[in-house]
Amino acid sequence: MNALVRVMPALPGTLRRSSRMVERSVMVYRRTWMIIVSGFFEPLFYLLSIRIGFGALIGEVTVDGSLIDYAEFVAPALMASAAMNGAVYDSTMNIFYKLKHAKLYETVLATPLSPTEVAAGEILWALTRGLLYSIAFLICIVALGMASSGWILLAVPACVLIGFAFAAMGMAVTTYMRGWSDFEFIPAATLPMFLFSATFYPISSYGGWAWAVQISPLYHGAALVRAAALGDASWGIVGHVTYLVVMAGVGLAIAGRRLGTLLRA
Amino acid sequence: MASAIASLAVPDPSHPPVIAARSITKRFGDFEAVRGIDFDVARGECFGFLGPNGAGKSSLMRMVSSVSPVTSGELHIFGMDPATNGPAIRARMGVVPQTDNLDQELTVEENLVIYGRYFDLARSQCRDRARELLDFVKLADRAGSRVEPLSGGMKRRLTIARSLMNRPELLLLDEPTTGLDPQARHVLWERLYQLKEQGVTLVLTTHYMDEAEQLCDRLVVMDHGLIVAGGTPRGLIDEHATREVLELRLAASDRSGVAQHIGDLAVRVEDLPDRVLVYTPDGDEALARLRAAGVHPLGSLVRRSSLEDVFLRLTGRTLTD
Amino acid sequence: MSTPFAIRVWEGQLMTVWRAWRTAVALSLTQPIIFLLGMGLGVGSLVDGRNDAAASLGGLSYLQYLAPALLATAAMTAGSFEATYPVLDGFKWRRTFDAVAVTPIAPRSVVNGLFLWWTTRIVIGSVGVGAALVIIPSTRGWGVPVAMAMSVPVGLAFAAPLAAWTATREDETSFPPIQRFIITPLFLFGGAFYPIESLPLALRPIAWVTPLWHGVQLCRDLTVGPLTLGATLVHIAVVLAWVAAGYLACQITFARRIQR
Ligand SMILES: Nc1ncnc2c1ncn2[C@@H]1O[C@H](COP(=O)(O)OP(=O)(O)OP(=O)(O)O)[C@@H](O)[C@H]1O
Ligand SMILES: [Mg+2]
Repeated sequence: MNALVRVMPALPGTLRRSSRMVERSVMVYRRTWMIIVSGFFEPLFYLLSIRIGFGALIGEVTVDGSLIDYAEFVAPALMASAAMNGAVYDSTMNIFYKLKHAKLYETVLATPLSPTEVAAGEILWALTRGLLYSIAFLICIVALGMASSGWILLAVPACVLIGFAFAAMGMAVTTYMRGWSDFEFIPAATLPMFLFSATFYPISSYGGWAWAVQISPLYHGAALVRAAALGDASWGIVGHVTYLVVMAGVGLAIAGRRLGTLLRA
Repeated sequence: MASAIASLAVPDPSHPPVIAARSITKRFGDFEAVRGIDFDVARGECFGFLGPNGAGKSSLMRMVSSVSPVTSGELHIFGMDPATNGPAIRARMGVVPQTDNLDQELTVEENLVIYGRYFDLARSQCRDRARELLDFVKLADRAGSRVEPLSGGMKRRLTIARSLMNRPELLLLDEPTTGLDPQARHVLWERLYQLKEQGVTLVLTTHYMDEAEQLCDRLVVMDHGLIVAGGTPRGLIDEHATREVLELRLAASDRSGVAQHIGDLAVRVEDLPDRVLVYTPDGDEALARLRAAGVHPLGSLVRRSSLEDVFLRLTGRTLTD
Repeated sequence: MSTPFAIRVWEGQLMTVWRAWRTAVALSLTQPIIFLLGMGLGVGSLVDGRNDAAASLGGLSYLQYLAPALLATAAMTAGSFEATYPVLDGFKWRRTFDAVAVTPIAPRSVVNGLFLWWTTRIVIGSVGVGAALVIIPSTRGWGVPVAMAMSVPVGLAFAAPLAAWTATREDETSFPPIQRFIITPLFLFGGAFYPIESLPLALRPIAWVTPLWHGVQLCRDLTVGPLTLGATLVHIAVVLAWVAAGYLACQITFARRIQR
């Protein structure tokens, strides 16, 4: 948290300087907007597949004693997973490339920007992309009639929070990466999370292993988005939000400090 | 040594130095790249660092650019401490690093524009300055091109243009002309003169003695992380070399006796792999004595001493070593 | 005569990934097992709980249905990845193929060597799924090694045409759309997770002409049956047709690129 506390008094200037990193990314992606736009099709494919494939095979599931449509149960979890995957990609491979090969941060640090501002700026960009992507996802969910509550609008900020937590942690992990081969371990972490975070079946199916599922940050993310999609408020939400906020804070503090020492040798 | 340091004192004490360094060191793990260096750079002057590979020039430049923290000692730039006022210092400074680190994902012009944005310049101002500076470094016709296909020299010029986006008061150039063709070098020297005329303080490192003689008001020679000499180019030559140098190419069997044959006219003899250098007040006379002793060089040349000779004397190495 | 040179190209490819082989093997073994635990058993418990489900899966449990299909999807994933970024890398960034071009190795041998390399990659990728198939009692059988072998042409059916395309490209911008609009939809809708009979009638022909669905059916029938001669021959024919077409296309585009 040290890095955070140090920049607090100067926050407005910090925020403005951090936003320069976003500006740079926008400049880069302006040329490849097709890739971003085509990203909108991904949620569509996944949701359709759940709808016409798994939905037909499974029908309905029982969650907390009430019966809900399987597609409606899985869709929020897919939305949360997409937020995770996008943030992880942006904050690992992408950052590593700029750090090791493009020497981008070396350039930027010769200007008034500080390492913490650079880290914050990159995370800000990951969140911007995540926001756009989540909105696209939401549109698909609503268009396919997979949402039953207006509260689903809150799924968007929930996904931004998920993205924040994973981007910060991903960036922290990236500062420890030695080479490209280390990145093979990232799916080794995200795939189990994707499968075992009460994404595809209710947490009750895990029986005595439910506690293990609750360790997974994606479980809290998916639960949050699902609560929004189904419109059921409960005290559990406070726990999910706290988990993700703490994860974001810890990740950011580590990333800010580690980037500082890496770049200021 | 003492006189070398003394000559580095700023000429006019009523103007505070732009850079003031007191026994600064830089340590990487247990290797000390910079081992205690003192110097001042006055406003408006051009200050040079010479030194063989690995002397610690770039490490020093990175500390002055307020990116890399000093391990010990005191460094003040514009009267501020980089540890606490880094952003404020960097805002007034331009940096040309030894290796170009241009943004490969952006075009030539975008590289300049976004760099200006890092300095908080308005977007329109960034575009205006970018156009102006692309003219300045003669890259206007490549404005929309990607960085990757540019030639090495063009990339260098773009990096230099980029360092000027924030109209710096102090410009740090780490081997600015390495990789440039002779014509481009002269154009760049000319540009640097213009900047100096406008009152910009220049600090540069270089391996080219002619560059140092041309540009620098004062310079220091570094070796193994220390300053081994300093002063004006002329002063250094007077202090560390003789008036003339006799360069000889000799058959291997003739090499050993050179000093005896020339006698008191040979102040110092350097035996280099490809040639022998005789430092002497009178080159022609020294050559005549050598011939009289029956030694007939395969080739010979008498010339005035240059910084190259100072460098050789002080570091025991040639510049490209 | 081109075989020895082809082997040298293969060696070159192998060397570039050799350093990380421990990670690669560990992941290729554990990822499919984790996936099968999550999807096969987990989702399976929901599917098999429905009384009409077994009928729509042809009498198979969901785990039996899904597990062999992963041989085909894993082959597609490996093949389509190897044919994009690493191939462009060879032409553009690391320039290994350019380096090869000034040696006596002919473009033809470069293609042959890559085919060998892709085969290796696909086989390595299939070991994890194969192990899972042997561990799971309901999928165990002599069909497993045969299905593993058949996953090689399935992977090549993707690698070959995509590599031919990559050889004509100057940059990587077309790769994400290929992933997004070809590979991901085939993965999701290609009959690996649920029967293509769930798809709207108009979309089914896409499955019929692309190699993944045939590969999935082939691996599934070989492992858990029922195996019918006619269907099997059709599946093999379609897959091999893609490999052959891709091979010819590679020969043309690689020769053009290397000799330009
Ligand atoms: N980040 C670093 N980590 C460890 N050692 C370093 C680092 N940067 C520089 N060094 C070491 O410090 C010494 C001085 O390097 P420096 O780059 O400052 O030399 P230089 O005078 O600029 O040389 P050149 O003329 O080749 O550019 C070298 O021995 C180098 O290996
Ligand atoms: Mg250097």
